[in-house]
Amino acid sequence: MPKWFMLTLVGKDRQGIVAKLTHALFEAGCNLGEASMMRLGGNFTIMLMVGFDGKAKALNDVVRPVSESLDLHLHVDEITAALHTHLDPDVRISVYGADRTGIVSEVTGALAESGLHILDLESDVAGSSESPLYIMHIEGHAAEGVDSLRAALSLMQDRGIETSLEEIDTLIG
Amino acid sequence: MAILDILVFPDPILKQASESVTDFNAEFQQFIADLDETRLSAPGCVGIAAPQVGRFQRVALVDVSGNPKHKSNGYMVLVNPEIIEWEGYKKGREGCLSVPDYTGNVMRATSIVVEAQDAEGALQRYECEGFEARAVQHEIDHLDGLLFLDRLVSRRNDLFERKVYKK
Repeated sequence: MPKWFMLTLVGKDRQGIVAKLTHALFEAGCNLGEASMMRLGGNFTIMLMVGFDGKAKALNDVVRPVSESLDLHLHVDEITAALHTHLDPDVRISVYGADRTGIVSEVTGALAESGLHILDLESDVAGSSESPLYIMHIEGHAAEGVDSLRAALSLMQDRGIETSLEEIDTLIG
Repeated sequence: MAILDILVFPDPILKQASESVTDFNAEFQQFIADLDETRLSAPGCVGIAAPQVGRFQRVALVDVSGNPKHKSNGYMVLVNPEIIEWEGYKKGREGCLSVPDYTGNVMRATSIVVEAQDAEGALQRYECEGFEARAVQHEIDHLDGLLFLDRLVSRRNDLFERKVYKK
């Protein structure tokens, strides 16, 4: 059983971050697992599962030269984790509206009460600074079925939030 | 009857194209029965192709009738299948017995017409829509050495699908 760590790195985006980081990890004998990396507001953000046969301090020492040279905040946590434990989403929800505070809280609050387990969420602010547009995509598992989620979403329209729900019917062939 | 071993990627032979079936003998009938038993042994599996069990012949089985929500031709034995008409495109989530623990989005035609021989060699013609059309395309890809991994599109930043526009 490999020991897993969650590596978090955040800092001003620039070219070559992933290559430099993964080179250092590879040289230290690390095995990489699942990851999410993306540019958010001009920052590059990394959440990376790293299999490493050592202590958090030693992994910190491996990554520190890279994170310091690239001016990235670094955080290392030993975690209880395993690969091949994916949950398949059965519903996909899209949300958009004129940006204001509270959209995410209202939508996800209503969905959580109706049994949604969020597996993946990405959101963006589009439009312009004068009239920003909030857009969010959620994939999840509808523990109590999709009808209750549809009912929850139907209440959002009055609050100026457009929503759509699509069932994900995964084909196994 | 027997449950056959499923080849799992990265076994390179899954990328091999299959050859046409010419002999519809008793051994072939037995193979089709075993292939379907293998499909049924996998929970939720709606289709299987001969190369997935290491037999490189153009045979695919599809049956989406387990879920009454899907429009279906029932159990289809597709021998030497050819898709002769395509219409529409839609993205949907697919997984595969040969690619465990991963699902991804793939674009497929929403309605197709497929011509194929049945288990006895007689020519049949099927009109398939939606989920069934997707399953047929997924299985026929196996006959050409293609996996859904070869056709993945992004899971992210999807277009917003609106069914009704109000003024």
